[in-house]
Amino acid sequence: MSAPEPTPLPGRRAASLAVDVRGVSRVFAGRKGASVTALDSVSLTVAPGEFVSLIGPSGCGKSTLLRLIADLDTPTTGEIRVFGKPARQARIDQDYGIAFQQAGLLPWRTVSGNIELPLELHGADRAARRTRAAELIELVGLSEFAGHYPDQLSGGMQQRVAIARSLAESPSLLLMDEPFGALDEMTRERMQNELVRICAETSAAVVFVTHSIPEAVFLSNRVVVLEPRPGRIRDVLRVGLGETGERGETLREDEEFFHAVSQVRELLHGEAPAGARGAEAR
Amino acid sequence: MTAPRRFIVGALGLVLLAGLWELYKLLGPADGVVLAGVTVLPRTSDLAMPHLWVMAGRALEPVTGAGNAMPLWQAVVDASLFTLGISAVGWLVGVTVGLALALLMHRFRLAEAAVLPWIILSQTVPLIALAPLVRRWGTQIQFGAFSWESWMSVALIASYLAFFPVSVGALRGLGSPDANHVDLMHCYSAGWWKTLWRLRLPASVGYLLPALRLAAASAVIGSVVAEVSIGLRGGIGRMIVEYAGAAGGDPGKPWAPIFGSVLVGLVAAGFVGLIGLGLRRFRRGEVAA
Repeated sequence: MSAPEPTPLPGRRAASLAVDVRGVSRVFAGRKGASVTALDSVSLTVAPGEFVSLIGPSGCGKSTLLRLIADLDTPTTGEIRVFGKPARQARIDQDYGIAFQQAGLLPWRTVSGNIELPLELHGADRAARRTRAAELIELVGLSEFAGHYPDQLSGGMQQRVAIARSLAESPSLLLMDEPFGALDEMTRERMQNELVRICAETSAAVVFVTHSIPEAVFLSNRVVVLEPRPGRIRDVLRVGLGETGERGETLREDEEFFHAVSQVRELLHGEAPAGARGAEAR
Repeated sequence: MTAPRRFIVGALGLVLLAGLWELYKLLGPADGVVLAGVTVLPRTSDLAMPHLWVMAGRALEPVTGAGNAMPLWQAVVDASLFTLGISAVGWLVGVTVGLALALLMHRFRLAEAAVLPWIILSQTVPLIALAPLVRRWGTQIQFGAFSWESWMSVALIASYLAFFPVSVGALRGLGSPDANHVDLMHCYSAGWWKTLWRLRLPASVGYLLPALRLAAASAVIGSVVAEVSIGLRGGIGRMIVEYAGAAGGDPGKPWAPIFGSVLVGLVAAGFVGLIGLGLRRFRRGEVAA
């Protein structure tokens, strides 16, 4: 039902990928010479416009992987390229937008002030900032709250502001570290619907860390299941529940949705090799 | 609490204090309470504890018996303004130095390790020991039209007390932003100065304001004490010492400059309160995520 795993020619590979993680390991030095291997030779690619979720139990290194892609941390071995550039250069060029589990809004700035922050830091002029912030506030449906301060907003609203902020410079890649992790279930589902819509409108690639199975399945083109100690990729499940733009509330009731959810669950818990259950064969 | 209620509670506290004074004066033994040769409660004679209205009445009378003497309260206000001015200079210098030290320590780990112990140690040097040194060094400074004056020594000593809370408070404030926010600035490739201006300084306002208030109080105390040690005339510190000598025959008189120094402290604290009012945007509660 979905296209086979893209295997572009080696020469073109780097430039045509949003994210290219090659044999990356990250070892944290512990006390008394003990060390923790957070990631062990992980390789992963994300195509432009593709939505990839990283899922796995705590300590499987999914957040570490995201931080490495964002150049908030450097791999012990291996290489990460973002749009064909080293991760560091991609960060300096502002090729990605990022959102964390905590909205991380500056409390002394209004909603629009927070969204304007990256634009302001990179020297956009006042009028351009205003226009862009207004667009994004509209996009996340907070038009009435442009002048509010973060402490006057609910958790869901704050997270929407954070997402708007991550989109401020129209990045082609979004990095999201459990952005809905602190929200209640209802808000969470509404935010997922909005994210699907926003992704369709911006056609950005997304790397999305979560530990909610339905969330990963609902949002993603591919779900990457990681295992802990040491952090490795256990399997990759192609979900492909329709184009991002067509996904809606009805999808959550869909037979295919439930099927994919139970597949991911089995991958997370089960020892059975992925192929045996036909995860990739469907 | 709403503003009027806070005002009323504050006024009540003042009335309570006055009531206690008069109550003890009424009921306490005239010779105080002496336990094993040590006076644990003061004498209640009119000389040791004048009535509040004696103090107030005295403030309205002329300073001395001389015909052209100004009213006592006016002399006290003049002296208070003089001291307030010196304290303000000391505060400004202290805040500037304190902030500069905090920035230096925040920027360079090595500087923090090297400077912070000395900053803390500096506050253990008694002012009395410092004053003659400062004055002696000061008199040797002279270039062009500039010559060091006594009031500058007083301001310098005031700043010596004022810089301490600012440097320690600002250092904590600069380090206060969440890892989350610091990461975000890193993602934006914002350099040290940009991060300082957009994130660290705004985030440190909550730590800085109490430090500024403490610095204001320290600057006032420093000025009052240093005036005495340096021997600078015209300020409230010198006046307290002078008038204390008159207590024998004129018990209400020494209280006027004491109230004057309280007034200076209140004005200084009020000024910092105004700064806080201007910066209240930066004191919004942390985001409840």
